[in-house]
Amino acid sequence: MTIPQHSEAPRKLVVVGHGMVGHRLVEALDSRDAERQWEVTVLAEEGRPAYDRVALSSCFDGADESALRLPEHDPERIDLRLGDPVRALDREADAVLTASGERVRYDALVLATGSRPFVPPLPGSTAPGCLVYRTLDDIDAIRTAAEESTTGRGVVVGGGLLGLEAANALRLLGLTTHVVEMAPHLMAVQLDEGGGALLGRMVGELDVALHTGTGTKQVVTDPETGAATGVELTDGTFLETDLVVFAAGVRPRDELAREAGLQVGERGGVVVDETCRSVTDPHVWAVGEVACVEGRTLGLVAPGYAMAETVADRLLGGEARFPGADTATQLKLLGVGVASFGDAHATTPGALEVVLNDPVAATYGKLVVSDDAKTLLGGILVGDTSGYPLLRPLVGSALPADPSALLAPQSEGGGATGAGVAGLPDAAQICSCHAVTKGELTEAITGQGCADVPALKSCTKAGTGCGSCVPALKQLLEAAGVEQSTALCEHFDHARAELFEIVAATGITTFSQLVAEHGRGRGCDVCKPAVAAILASRDSGTHILDGERGGLQDTNDRHLANMQRNGTYSVVPRVPGGEITPARLIVLGEVARDFGLYTKITGGQRIDLLGARLEELPAIWRRLTDAGFESGHAYGKAVRTVKSCVGSTWCRYGVQDSVGLAIELELRYRGLRAPHKLKAGVSGCARECAEARSKDFGIIATEQGWNLYVGGNGGFTPRHAELLASDLDHDTLVRTIDRFLMFYIRTADRLQRTAAWLENLEGGLDHLRAVIMDDSLGICAELDAAMERHVADYRDEWRGVLEDPEKLARFTSFVNAPGTPDPAISFAVEREQPVPVPGPVSLGMPEVPAAEGARAR
Amino acid sequence: MSTPARKSRKVTAMTTMTPASAAPVDPADSTADWSAVCPLDVLPVEHGRAALLPDGSAVALFRLHTGEVYAVGNLDPFSGAPVICHGIVGDRDGVPVVTGPLGKEVFELATGRCLDDETARLPVHDVRLTGRVIEVSARRNTVETLVG
Ligand SMILES: Cc1cc2nc3c(=O)[nH]c(=O)nc-3n(C[C@H](O)[C@H](O)[C@H](O)COP(=O)(O)OP(=O)(O)OC[C@H]3O[C@@H](n4cnc5c(N)ncnc54)[C@H](O)[C@@H]3O)c2cc1C
Ligand code: SF4
Ligand code: FES
Repeated sequence: MTIPQHSEAPRKLVVVGHGMVGHRLVEALDSRDAERQWEVTVLAEEGRPAYDRVALSSCFDGADESALRLPEHDPERIDLRLGDPVRALDREADAVLTASGERVRYDALVLATGSRPFVPPLPGSTAPGCLVYRTLDDIDAIRTAAEESTTGRGVVVGGGLLGLEAANALRLLGLTTHVVEMAPHLMAVQLDEGGGALLGRMVGELDVALHTGTGTKQVVTDPETGAATGVELTDGTFLETDLVVFAAGVRPRDELAREAGLQVGERGGVVVDETCRSVTDPHVWAVGEVACVEGRTLGLVAPGYAMAETVADRLLGGEARFPGADTATQLKLLGVGVASFGDAHATTPGALEVVLNDPVAATYGKLVVSDDAKTLLGGILVGDTSGYPLLRPLVGSALPADPSALLAPQSEGGGATGAGVAGLPDAAQICSCHAVTKGELTEAITGQGCADVPALKSCTKAGTGCGSCVPALKQLLEAAGVEQSTALCEHFDHARAELFEIVAATGITTFSQLVAEHGRGRGCDVCKPAVAAILASRDSGTHILDGERGGLQDTNDRHLANMQRNGTYSVVPRVPGGEITPARLIVLGEVARDFGLYTKITGGQRIDLLGARLEELPAIWRRLTDAGFESGHAYGKAVRTVKSCVGSTWCRYGVQDSVGLAIELELRYRGLRAPHKLKAGVSGCARECAEARSKDFGIIATEQGWNLYVGGNGGFTPRHAELLASDLDHDTLVRTIDRFLMFYIRTADRLQRTAAWLENLEGGLDHLRAVIMDDSLGICAELDAAMERHVADYRDEWRGVLEDPEKLARFTSFVNAPGTPDPAISFAVEREQPVPVPGPVSLGMPEVPAAEGARAR
Repeated sequence: MSTPARKSRKVTAMTTMTPASAAPVDPADSTADWSAVCPLDVLPVEHGRAALLPDGSAVALFRLHTGEVYAVGNLDPFSGAPVICHGIVGDRDGVPVVTGPLGKEVFELATGRCLDDETARLPVHDVRLTGRVIEVSARRNTVETLVG
């Protein structure tokens, strides 16, 4: 049968399964089917639309279910029916029958039903407490079982990719975790013995107990309840546990096809040709893990995507063929990088292996090359996988350098050999998830003007799958000379973090000296405030308006108040934790009334007083400081507020004193200058009323202590904070936050909030944890000392102005008429409060009106 | 040259003076109407202040590390707010500039020209020192009258 070209009526496509590959098929077809040749119905078993199964484990690492969701299809065009699985195929009538009893006719049918976890038929293996790990529902079941576990121990059967993912999940849930693997080492499919041994050692260091080279004999169950109470291994070991996760492989969900008489493979899977069409029925296609292509099924998402693209093209009359399975993988398992590609097990006749095994640095690398040592065939990397993006595309091509040189630790920008992506042929595939070649990327950069990674992502889709090719994308941009330099501005060639180190190492305390010795020119609105903040972070004892520093400060910092659109200022006193006495509340009201200020309650649980003229600021501050208020640093790239809920003091659900902790933290970190503003929150229980997870650092009380989340963000690109550590006691919590803040201040870029910083931090959350909790860089003592200095040296900045006549003199309207209010500022009244008169936004030469003086308030 | 190209920043008009030298003798000078605003030492280096002129308008005064003093209109043409004096002083390619504190547009101190928007500019006032006292002319120059 051939697929006819566009006929009058749209034809009916039915897709069974809305997993990762089914989703991709629909997306690919919909984006190309401009003439609406196909009417698409998706029948899905799961109750939720497709999600990123590959990232499932991040749910245990603080990620939200919503973060996993794949892009939604246009509901106008795609009929997506959730929770209504297909029960049978009626190939005679070209129709499917669903669980709800519906019969849906098709012109073409795509099976995208994926796999099911394989549970070995051992005694007890289906008892309560025995679980699998494939869906979001499985995650809920594992979480519940972990919460209810009385043994506090979990056992994972299977030491492959999925087993280690499951082990990580159990570990994050706080269980003592055991992994049982029949093969002599972990990840036997992808790794050889050397790589597996190193991985085993590193996983063992994370307190995951390994039992390799041994099978599982049975799950022992409670004779009364029938629930699992332990696992007996073939070597005789008995592990007491009430939670067993089977991750011993998967089996294709080909039952519909079998029953309908479609040919299935020896080990299952719908047998398809190179166009992914069933060899039995030309109306039926299969994609993803359920397809048996080239005689086998494939358990990775990248080949599944390639199948989806192939079928989408074919359905629209194209000539695409499945390009062959690339089973290369790069993963992070329990924080350990693992990559395997090409002929990793050296099965090619005559193949040679070059191994670099460094147990001290904890890296293992192996390259498999042809018998003449000229062609790369495959390889394995464990520990340091930075070479992967460069090596994988080289498979099948001539080696650009000596194999051992290629294995040597990679330096910035393309490896010690200088081989880099730049040396690859245009046909080399850089992104295997989306089959994007170097040539296509180069064209996007030079032809379509993509100037950064996000642009390349949206233009070519490269880097939007597993993300492992992103370093290669960066190198291509660099090679094309478009990657933006990290220089702060025209006055400094350094990035902010480098300037921070220079200031720390040299002890320089003025901008003039820094720009004279390490930069050029007189500075600008970019480098001056950045350097001012670095100086302030290092030295809280010096007032930010002292001497030359005043002129470095940006708009708001310069007058310790936020400049508003009409040139007036807002005043925000600190209200730690949002707790305030009635007497103080009255003072705020009186000050606002006496100075004619507009008042508003802020999102950070304090009160904003707006519309103060520059020359009024000192008098307002005096009234406030006399009543015990101090600056709230609403104007600074500094710690702002620590928001809290009422916590255990009042709330029926509260398990800890969230207000008390919030006040303590706000007072500890007040005035701390950073690359960007910092917000925090403390919730008294998991109900999270303080919205702590939308903050740079958020704390949520648990029965045992406090969970610490970092890197959250409201604003422009909202992001939930991620769980850094659980159940911390008070002192460990404070120490960890101290270090988190100081490490951020030291290494972040200018105006980079913690969310973006964490996203760009090499090694991410694991690296952060290693640095600030395990002291992997040996800098914790320095970080602690820096925070101690800050806490000891803190002084209220408003008071610092009130006590210094020289600084006070700058808080006047005119140098030659200090008491005269600026006639260019005036107010209107709205809902009984003063507001700025909508300003004349003139873009040309401002005509300074002579009558301006009449507009005084 | 009525609309100077955005990139050419080498404007050589003498609108400022160093404390050591006398005011440039200019026939227009006699008609200029100078007001003394403040002693030089009151003005911190690279930290602007506003000064009120007799007609009720305001200028932003800037003193550079070289000793040069500039006066430009204090109204920000983008927001209409009197805030130019609070901008950060620095240089672009060596040419002294101030950045508007609300919208971060950059203006050349010598010409008032806006480097981010060709159509916007600040009026520029002549400045001279009499003794150690800064005097500002009420006359407003624009980039056109300066270089045209
Ligand atoms: C924890 C975990 C980690 C992983 N990590 C990686 C990794 O790092 N790299 C990698 O490449 N791969 C990884 N994988 C594998 C990857 O997720 C799969 O290869 C990919 O999801 C396969 O997509 P699929 O659409 O074929 O199947 P699935 O995503 O499983 O989707 C199949 C869908 O079809 C539905 N379905 C089944 N039968 C019916 C029916 N009769 N009617 C209607 N609907 C039906 C199922 O409910 C399911 O929603 C991981 C998998 C897991 C579980
Ligand atoms: S987070 Fe918990 S303790 Fe705090 S107010 Fe909400 S329910 Fe109560
Ligand atoms: S290789 Fe996975 S996103 Fe590019």
